Amino acid sequence: MAETEYEIVIGMEIHAELRTASKMFCGCPVVDTTVAEPNTAVCPVCGGLPGAMPVVNKLAVEQAMLVGLALNCQINASTSFARKNYFYPDLPKGYQISQYDDPIATNGWIDVQTEDGGNVRIGIRRAHMEEDTAKSFHYSAGGARGGAYTLIDFNRSGVPLLEIVSEPDMHSVAAAYAYGTKIREILRYLGVNSGDMEKGVLRFEANVSIRPRGTEALGTRTEIKNLNSFRALVRASEYEIARQIEVVEAGGTVVQETLGWDEARGVTVSQRSKEHAHDYRYFPEPDLPPLTIDGAWIEEVRQALPELPDAKYARFVGVYGLVENDARILVEDQALASYFEAAARSYGGNAASVSKWIVGELAYLMNRDGVALEAVRVTPESIASLVKLVDAGTVSLSSAKDVLATMFETGRAPEVIVKDNGLVQISDEEALSQIADQVLSDHPDEVVAFLGGRESLLQWFMGQVMRATRGRAQPQTVLGLLRGKLEARRR
Amino acid sequence: MDLHALTIRKASALLRSGEITSVALTQAVLDRIAAVDPAIKAYVTVCEDAALQEATAADARLQRGGPLTPLTGIPYGVKDCLSTTGVRTTCSSRILENYVPRYDATVISRLREAGAVLVGKQNMDEFGMGSSCENSAFFATRNPWAFDRVPGGSSGGSAAAVASGMGLFALGEDTGGSIRMPASFCGVTGLKPTYGRVPRYGLLALVSSFDSIGPLTHDAWDAALVLGAIAGRDPRDSTSVGVPVPGYTSTMTGERLDGVRLGVPIEYFAKGIDPAVECAVRTAITHLEALGAEVREVSLPHTEHAISIYYLILTAEASSNLARFDGVRFGLSEPPEGVDIVERYLKTRGKGFGPEVKRRIMLGTFALSAGYYDAYYLRAQRVRTLLRQDFAHAFEVVDALIAPVSPTCAFKIGEKVDDPLQMYLSDIHVVAANPGGVCSLAVPCGFAEGLPVGMQIIGPPMGEAGVLSVGAAYQATTDWHTRRPMAE
Ligand SMILES: [Zn+2]
Repeated sequence: MAETEYEIVIGMEIHAELRTASKMFCGCPVVDTTVAEPNTAVCPVCGGLPGAMPVVNKLAVEQAMLVGLALNCQINASTSFARKNYFYPDLPKGYQISQYDDPIATNGWIDVQTEDGGNVRIGIRRAHMEEDTAKSFHYSAGGARGGAYTLIDFNRSGVPLLEIVSEPDMHSVAAAYAYGTKIREILRYLGVNSGDMEKGVLRFEANVSIRPRGTEALGTRTEIKNLNSFRALVRASEYEIARQIEVVEAGGTVVQETLGWDEARGVTVSQRSKEHAHDYRYFPEPDLPPLTIDGAWIEEVRQALPELPDAKYARFVGVYGLVENDARILVEDQALASYFEAAARSYGGNAASVSKWIVGELAYLMNRDGVALEAVRVTPESIASLVKLVDAGTVSLSSAKDVLATMFETGRAPEVIVKDNGLVQISDEEALSQIADQVLSDHPDEVVAFLGGRESLLQWFMGQVMRATRGRAQPQTVLGLLRGKLEARRR
Repeated sequence: MDLHALTIRKASALLRSGEITSVALTQAVLDRIAAVDPAIKAYVTVCEDAALQEATAADARLQRGGPLTPLTGIPYGVKDCLSTTGVRTTCSSRILENYVPRYDATVISRLREAGAVLVGKQNMDEFGMGSSCENSAFFATRNPWAFDRVPGGSSGGSAAAVASGMGLFALGEDTGGSIRMPASFCGVTGLKPTYGRVPRYGLLALVSSFDSIGPLTHDAWDAALVLGAIAGRDPRDSTSVGVPVPGYTSTMTGERLDGVRLGVPIEYFAKGIDPAVECAVRTAITHLEALGAEVREVSLPHTEHAISIYYLILTAEASSNLARFDGVRFGLSEPPEGVDIVERYLKTRGKGFGPEVKRRIMLGTFALSAGYYDAYYLRAQRVRTLLRQDFAHAFEVVDALIAPVSPTCAFKIGEKVDDPLQMYLSDIHVVAANPGGVCSLAVPCGFAEGLPVGMQIIGPPMGEAGVLSVGAAYQATTDWHTRRPMAE
């Protein structure tokens, strides 16, 4: 049977680090663990010292509520914490405080757009809060210490996480990718996660199964854990689907198991071993009474919900009249979208021309120099001024690109750059006519060739005029003049 | 005058009047420890130098005239399950034999602020698991009334210390009778406050749902003074309660109990109770009636389930609470190097935990396992609700319940050590208060063959003021609490 005869079923769990100043259950600061000295943000609570007790971080709860609301979930009036018990050196208490029976948010959904332009609704089963573990660093034998050893950094221990569990509603890897992208975008919009995959603030887990197309029953699923990039998500899912089809085609059955993804070899690896055959022995965390979340609190949090990507996209297309591609690019980055809106307000006219400059030239310069938006020296107001100069014919389109490049480098106002560099467009027909005459008389051979039928030389003459004016000539005027003068010579 | 034998109330008055100093008082307690502790073995650690320093500071404070509290300058000891900065905290376990905390439990810092003087850390059943103090990994503590008998447990070191003058009071911890039972065996007063009344931050948890820190003292008045200093909401303990802390001694002035309704739970006088114990408690009830109290019988029908509920929830929570003792960050770590992590877990925990602790970890791990959780842990929680309802119904018609603390007086060392089930049953009258969410005061109410007998005054949740005033009225008109063992 071919692949098309199977339906792919994917559910995802996304572990997102919440963006709080302090940890989930203590006052320790949340530090960038890729930068901070190991074990400098640790206290008795997150270090699991005997007798220390957790206290819930209110901001983390509110961020979890925000996410729940953004994902159209029900926020539960009473939410409780549970202990997930297992032994591992990076788990200082011997249990992780998580949520089990009454997660903070349940029964939501989001719509995602797949690459083929389709719209898919993905159910959100639940979102629950938990604390992160510490980080182990394994060193093999033969180093300074002789034997193999492991060092543990507890800076990450107790950092608040939100685990978002989807329904198995994705039927292609593209849908899973789109879902992951969408969740990341929403989390960034809410300001609860940086989306910075390299820092490990988002991790994916894909639950993958296949079933004969047209059947209802779910096939046996495998869980691919700890996918820390979109590339890994896509490759691992594709690999796993192909593997499962191969198993079934060969007459075998898929075994339910936990898998890891070996990025280097490009294969999924079974993690089934004694250490991983866990019975987590969940039970309610006795050190934390259930949290009561009343309607007033939910409303207060709802007030803080920003405009979400879908709504913003609809508004950019509907109200500003942007082309869909520009709107999509702007919406992907909330800061860029705000930048655009500020520029559009300052501009006042048809915002589509402003978006073209931002999505086109400005984005090009940012990419070229690796400059983030926060560091860009071109203000929204000045980019609006530049577009106005172009509209008014004060600068030519090609000059304007140079002006923007200078703005980008110096942060100076476009008017000043145009004036200082003499870039004001020459629209004066008298002056342009003289230059055109000069160009034609300097190139008699080309004129003969043109008249002999090589019409494409018209653009070449045009280029010569532009060169003579350092790009400031008004192109339409020059074109008209050249045509007239050449036709005159033909006669 | 034997300074070490004073009540807090009396010592505090002498300190304030300048008749004695905290240094002298503390030295008297340290001398007493040096004299009698080799026989009793109540202390795991004595911090003599630090105690004298704290006493000196307290004297300066007394001389300055403030800020003073009833505990300023008073030397005390604490059960070795409360975290004390710089003083090792062992839970009487090999696994924590050399563990020195870097922070104070909330109750310890509150007593420090009050100016009390910490003299040392007291022996207990390992991690609070036991009813005789024989389960200490270090040594058994002896009953000051009879050295061949147990002091009770798990706060056995604390009760024995207070009874024999090795500290004017002690802080104990009661998970299922661990304060009241040894108080009764040693003839001192012990209060198990309502869960949440006293913050647990810094208490090495046995059962997070039940653990209550409370005082062991010579009388109810002193218990009220200590409770007043340690009770009250702590932002670091989310289970601590915000109910304002009343001035407990202000309602403890009377010798009469007119209008006070007392209940006698019939289930607490069922068969199995030692006749001498029953006799002492019944005599005490008659005495209370004579003071004006109305006494009636009440029923707590689910009492028989209390032990099962208690041990199920205890073992389940304890198995999780003790998981952090893994040899990775503190405490015992076996062997020094050269094994993988699983072997380190096995060796450290195998060597570090005693047999009773291992037994309960295994029971609890089982009770929480997939497939058994509903039948055990969850069902225990449901029955626990019934137990709470029993108490709630009783407290609709009475203000307090009177019952024996233990069915027997202090038993002999070694007598029950090989029979865990028999040992568990010695807690039968005290365990219900913990899952039941009530408070209970144990006071001495007589002697049987030279050994103290204790009585419980059980009150509703947050009803400490009530049980303390019943206890105070009883003690104002009796002298059992003034008897001291090993007096010269
Ligand atoms: Zn911390």
